[in-house]
Amino acid sequence: MCRLALKTAIEPFSPYEVLTAMEAMQEGYDGSGLGLLLRGLNFDDFKYDSKNPVLSGIAHSEAAWQRLNSIMEQRGYELQYDHKFETIPSLVEAKDRYRYFLRVYKMPAAFAEKSTEEIEDELMLTRLFLRANGEENGNDLTAFSFWPDVATIKEVGWPLDIGNALTLHDNRITSRVCMAQGRQNTNYGINLYACHPFFIQGIATMTNGENTAFVPIRDWLLGKHYPGYMGYQSDSEVFAHILHYTLKQLKLPLQAYKHIITPLKNAELDKHPQGVFLRGLRDVCRRLIIDGPNAVIGTLPDETCLLVMDHKKMRPATVGGRDGAWAIASEMCGVAAMIPDRDPSLDFQPMREHTIIVPPDRKELTIWSQLDPYPLAQVA
Amino acid sequence: MVSARSVSVGPSSLSYTDLPWIIQHREDRCTLCGHCTAVCPKEAIYLAYRRQRMPKLDVLKKSRGNEYRTFVGIRQKTNMANACIGCSMCSMVCPNEAIMPVPNTNEHRTLFFHNQKGQPQTRGGRRNVSGPNLLDRIMFNRISMLTDPALDAGRHEFNLTTTLGRTLAPEEFLKRQREGGWIPPTREIFPFVIGSMSFGALSPNMWLGLLQGVAYCNEVLGIPVVMCTGEGGCPPWVLKSPYLKYIVLQIASGYFGWDEIIRAIPEMQCDPAAIEIKYGQGAKPGDGGLLMWFKVSKLIARLRGVPEGVDLPSPPVHQTLYSIEESVMKMIQTMSTAFGHKVPVYPKISASTSAKSVLNNLVRNPYAGGLLIDGIDGGTGAAYNVSMDATGHPIASNVRECYLDLVAQGKQNEIPIFAAGGIGKNGNVTQNGMALIMLGASGVHIGKYIMQSVAGCLGNEKSRCNVCNVGICPKGITSQNPKLYRRLDPDLVAERVSEVFMSISTEAKKIMAPLGRSQSLPVGMSDALGISDKDAADRLGIKYVC
Ligand code: SF4
Ligand code: SF4
Repeated sequence: MCRLALKTAIEPFSPYEVLTAMEAMQEGYDGSGLGLLLRGLNFDDFKYDSKNPVLSGIAHSEAAWQRLNSIMEQRGYELQYDHKFETIPSLVEAKDRYRYFLRVYKMPAAFAEKSTEEIEDELMLTRLFLRANGEENGNDLTAFSFWPDVATIKEVGWPLDIGNALTLHDNRITSRVCMAQGRQNTNYGINLYACHPFFIQGIATMTNGENTAFVPIRDWLLGKHYPGYMGYQSDSEVFAHILHYTLKQLKLPLQAYKHIITPLKNAELDKHPQGVFLRGLRDVCRRLIIDGPNAVIGTLPDETCLLVMDHKKMRPATVGGRDGAWAIASEMCGVAAMIPDRDPSLDFQPMREHTIIVPPDRKELTIWSQLDPYPLAQVA
Repeated sequence: MVSARSVSVGPSSLSYTDLPWIIQHREDRCTLCGHCTAVCPKEAIYLAYRRQRMPKLDVLKKSRGNEYRTFVGIRQKTNMANACIGCSMCSMVCPNEAIMPVPNTNEHRTLFFHNQKGQPQTRGGRRNVSGPNLLDRIMFNRISMLTDPALDAGRHEFNLTTTLGRTLAPEEFLKRQREGGWIPPTREIFPFVIGSMSFGALSPNMWLGLLQGVAYCNEVLGIPVVMCTGEGGCPPWVLKSPYLKYIVLQIASGYFGWDEIIRAIPEMQCDPAAIEIKYGQGAKPGDGGLLMWFKVSKLIARLRGVPEGVDLPSPPVHQTLYSIEESVMKMIQTMSTAFGHKVPVYPKISASTSAKSVLNNLVRNPYAGGLLIDGIDGGTGAAYNVSMDATGHPIASNVRECYLDLVAQGKQNEIPIFAAGGIGKNGNVTQNGMALIMLGASGVHIGKYIMQSVAGCLGNEKSRCNVCNVGICPKGITSQNPKLYRRLDPDLVAERVSEVFMSISTEAKKIMAPLGRSQSLPVGMSDALGISDKDAADRLGIKYVC
């Protein structure tokens, strides 16, 4: 099974902490890959302005590295900081890793004229361009994310080994939010892009379980012909895209996500104060209904963290913590390992109707129920 | 040798071995009660008297001779008009198991004489091709067990409904929601619909039984089954009843019955489930409906607004319109307006290589609520044999193509495609239906299967029975003759309807559970399908398995 761990804290912490917590959850896990996504970045040798985009990925050869530099230059991005991982290549299974990169760029001056949406599209298109360029050249360039204040690391292998290989314990990078997924190699082949968390325009999700409705959902998203809705090396990538579609395309409040992926039953809609609207929403987004079993953990650009379950709720997930620090994990022992100094009796396991929110202030959990009134005013 | 003139043999003379069904009659069991001859819809058998020679040999007297006696028994007629159709009604009513039709395994000559008086063969039923069809061979093979416990069909909750009617793109829905615009009507229905069989084609008892059964499914079992009227209207009491919401009213090129319907609109207690505009039928593409005069009883004549006892052919096309594009557009809009834009309206066409162009027309028509495609294996109450056997297009690849066309445009949720034609032809109704759903249909229509399963229709694809067109249905399903339809008890039909839908619903869960699906119907879940036929797999875009 996939192992999921998320920690969010006011005080930046090392991603290595989360990796060690994952060791607590190693039972039944085959360690075939790791994905890490950090937000609220801090570098010990660079004063980072969180408005500047960070490009994360892997160059598999020197040629790819050169191309990356010239592409970024051509598109007008100015390199500000180039994080150099201390690597111990012997700890990584793959042998074609020329450079793991994590670089801060300054946006082109011309962006000053552009709207936020245009800039966001441009950042996404740059990442997709790099990805396509790598794919055209025998997969020698992998680009995971290009976005302000987001860093992504993905690699094949045992999570802690990868952490050691990149010496993540040296505290040179810390962050306020860290999502980690230990990937289980299941139905789809091992591919770097298939590692969670999945990322699109500031929105990231990771999932455990199997998305049995994957093909119809993927087909529908592909039909939107939106450049970012692509990839799908993993059946879980659609969860990130549905969240993106809900928030960015439909511009609906976060509450709508749960109503779209796991709509209420007819009898519940009949009693719901906004039942008519929600039934309509269910019908128009019917192809996005997930069938699970899944636990979806997500993070947003404002550092909000969320956890939702599928309708059947056949996957475990727990949230726990204290004022200032919270953890969400697929196993209870994961929460305990990340935040040992909490009151475990207050840990919460969401039911099928819940959306768990850890707001950016990280004071306390917000628990939404789908049966609660839906903030319709925000739609109108 | 006798001279030819003294033997009554002509070009069309047939003997028992030339007929598709041969009657086996056992004199030793027959009590001459006459039940079989009375029940036979074809008057194929008769009470026969024969002189029987009994050889007599007296050994002691060394004399030989004959005695004669009169023998009475049942014999079969060998002319085309009275050829046995193998319905087995005679066996069913025989108190003594004395009579039975036996299929003639030899080739039979009748094939060459279905054209007497210059009339090609007409019949009811389906394309006469038997054996497993493509749908029967599809397997559901994406079993969810690598990471998950499979679902329990008996314990978990399943959502088995589908949407009938147009849904907007989410962006457009939200816009209209904000601006108070028109949101097209939809219905949440069970994905197996009782397909269009008209009130004229079916007997009143059959129709009543179906309606009772459908109401029971909805109101007691909670299975939201709907049924379609077919062309020819709907009894006024139904139009004004609360059961109308379970009924899809069909309008076809003859417009039969629509005077009554339009007049009843002000008195309707609820809206009908939908309006189906029939442009084509899989069993007989390019042909209109045909209700032969035998079936135009007083009741049917009143419903259809025509004189009694006349043939009622519907034209092959909607005469008042210039092209299918115009027709589809105008009629859909007109029907939608007639019902205050509160009832989904969709066309039914026969499966065809041109189905995609109709579909693309509908995509652009804001009032179109879906598309029903009827494949070559669909049934009919009356058609020319050549239309049934040779004209049309199989449903699976047609639906798949249309679905993928919508997928490419991102419109698959907006226009639901319903599939019909041969679903359950070999009894595998749920398997066939779910396979089509995973190929992209939002639901399926079943007609012949319903007749067979709920009313015991005897027709099959080896020319059994299939006399639905001439009003002599031995089971009283497709006859307007009270003597015949009184044989069919509507209450028992209703009971069978509920049994059939309960069983389909359980089987659907049994198919969905191992695939890990329970929350929504697996429309377009083609990754779950496999077939051991490489060409079919390639054509349908599913896995080849062996
Ligand atoms: S099987 Fe039917 S058609 Fe044939 S003799 Fe018996 S009743 Fe008549
Ligand atoms: S039993 Fe009736 S409905 Fe069935 S094939 Fe025979 S005539 Fe047609």
